[in-house]
Amino acid sequence: MVYEVIVGGNPGGKPHRLELEKAAGGWECRLDGQPVPIDAVITRRDVLSLLVDGHAYEIKREQTATDLHMWVGSTRFAVELRDPRSLRSRQKAAGDEKGPRKILAPMPGRIVRLLVAENSEVEAGQGIVVVEAMKMQNEIKSPKKGVVKTILTTPGAAVNPGDVLAIVE
Amino acid sequence: MFKKILIANRGEIAVRIIRACREMGIATVAVYSDVDRAALHVRKSDEAYSIGPAAATESYLRMDKILDTAKRSGAEAIHPGYGFLSENAKFAQACADAGVKFIGPTPHSMEMMGSKTRARQEMEKAGVPFVPGTSRGLASPEEGEKVAERVGYPVMLKAAAGGGGKGMRLVHTRQELRSALESAQSEAQRSFGDSEVYIEKAIVNPRHIEMQILADEHGNTVWLGERECSIQRRHQKVLEEAPSPIVDPDMRRRMGEVAVKVAQAANYTNAGTVEFLVDQQKNFYFLEMNTRLQVEHPVTELTTGFDLVHLQIRIASGEKLPFTQSDVEIRGHAIECRIYAEDPDNNYFPSPGKITVLLQPSGPGIRRDSGMYEGWNVPMDYDPLLAKLIGYGSDRQQAIMRLERALYEYFVAGIKTNISLFQRILRDADFQAGKLDTGYLDRLLAKNNQAVTARASEPKIETLETIAAIAAGMFAVLDPASPVSKNGSVAGTPSNPASVPSNWKQKGRSEALR
Repeated sequence: MVYEVIVGGNPGGKPHRLELEKAAGGWECRLDGQPVPIDAVITRRDVLSLLVDGHAYEIKREQTATDLHMWVGSTRFAVELRDPRSLRSRQKAAGDEKGPRKILAPMPGRIVRLLVAENSEVEAGQGIVVVEAMKMQNEIKSPKKGVVKTILTTPGAAVNPGDVLAIVE
Repeated sequence: MFKKILIANRGEIAVRIIRACREMGIATVAVYSDVDRAALHVRKSDEAYSIGPAAATESYLRMDKILDTAKRSGAEAIHPGYGFLSENAKFAQACADAGVKFIGPTPHSMEMMGSKTRARQEMEKAGVPFVPGTSRGLASPEEGEKVAERVGYPVMLKAAAGGGGKGMRLVHTRQELRSALESAQSEAQRSFGDSEVYIEKAIVNPRHIEMQILADEHGNTVWLGERECSIQRRHQKVLEEAPSPIVDPDMRRRMGEVAVKVAQAANYTNAGTVEFLVDQQKNFYFLEMNTRLQVEHPVTELTTGFDLVHLQIRIASGEKLPFTQSDVEIRGHAIECRIYAEDPDNNYFPSPGKITVLLQPSGPGIRRDSGMYEGWNVPMDYDPLLAKLIGYGSDRQQAIMRLERALYEYFVAGIKTNISLFQRILRDADFQAGKLDTGYLDRLLAKNNQAVTARASEPKIETLETIAAIAAGMFAVLDPASPVSKNGSVAGTPSNPASVPSNWKQKGRSEALR
């Protein structure tokens, strides 16, 4: 397998090229063309024991509807993993700024109120809806400047993480 | 001794009380709301009964349902834990009327301490030091201006029925006072149904230090040492420790004696906590008394060796305190981290949901009081406290090192937690030097996260980045459930959600690639 990996939550960052090939007794790994001697075992769901040239690391994987993070010890890295042969990955790499963007509920909660109406213009970072969980209210903001095309929720509705609340175009 | 106790609470504190009961051979009755059927406290109890819908007002705050459950199950006593009905004098009275023992103080003591102005009046009589100001609600803005002139600005306006920072205003000048008073009064009315607001001199950069007391029903009252609780955010405590880095044996004894005086003035029984504000000259002032078991009680248990819940139950059953003040000795140092379901990347907003992975620390000097387990769905209806991680050492330095090690082992996925915050606090130079006040945490959070210095034994950040990159790939090739094989792309930033791949397409692609 060949992957493009961006570490550090910077989508515009230069990706690492990671090559992983199954070999006798394990995996052969090349990072940016350099061979790296590794031994990897998944010890339980989302926990990887990785030996690199005798150095031992325990890496935990955290994934949500929208995010992928790797915890190396207690340092957390946002990671973007792309298959360069996938069309979608290439489209995505071209940038997210164009086209409609869905606004997703980041956590389970209840919709308290809507801050904008359909077809209103919003700035990037402007609040769209207010979600309440554990007695605290959180404003969900627009990821981009544009027009609120559709609002898919109503005050009082219960939402789950990943639910689409609105679409900004 | 009681044979059966009902625990009118949920979460980690209900589990902690159930454990004490099991140790003492007492049967336990849990109560739960609809969303807590699978909660840990229900799993750990001997009996469990549903008391209604998720909303606390329809379940954990329903005195009638809880008392009815106690009667039906034959429980002789009720432990209220903290929060919910724990400081509700009406509930304590209702228990007494129903012939069920309330494990806590009498309704009379609770009422006296429940109103901050009434507590001040009583404490004034008993000669307890408190922050200069009024002991009664302000009748008019003019009275407020007069008092503020006398004690000097800045002043703090506080709701008499208040708590949690509601109905509180800091006022720097005479010009601000009138509007601040009006907004504090209306907020107090909205939050507590009581608009009484009083005024106090504001102590600049105070420490918040509290003293644990225990009183039996035979007139014996002892103090068990202080807890430093200055690390707070939004007026909620985040990390507590015992002893306080600034309290020496003489100050401890003086604070302890004042706390005992406060308790005696209120005819107090059972476990209680007297809170003090401490100024930069180490003067301490009575703030309020909490008439319940505190969240942070474990640090006192570790440094005194006493089990406060055991003692609460023994006191409530009529036993005398099994020790005297001279038996109380503070040994070692304990620090507690409150693990909240909060998202550090989103201003610590609550983050309920399903816990998909839970790796929990153990080992020397580590105590974990937890209400969560892997696979549990943290409901959105209650306080975000999941667990408490407490480190104990022979001194403060060792307690810090052990906690750091334990936090390194702690991992929760599926929901966000504030575990990383404690790693920042424990490594911070001001924290390590014990330079704390109630503004400490806001200052720390305002600093750049990257300012945290890595320990010498840790690999460089570039190395860790490389490891993260390799690991992401290895997860993808080793774990068939890996997101990359499903989606083609998974990002650390919100991805383009317009793309939900069809299973046919995926299947075709993965076959073709083989």
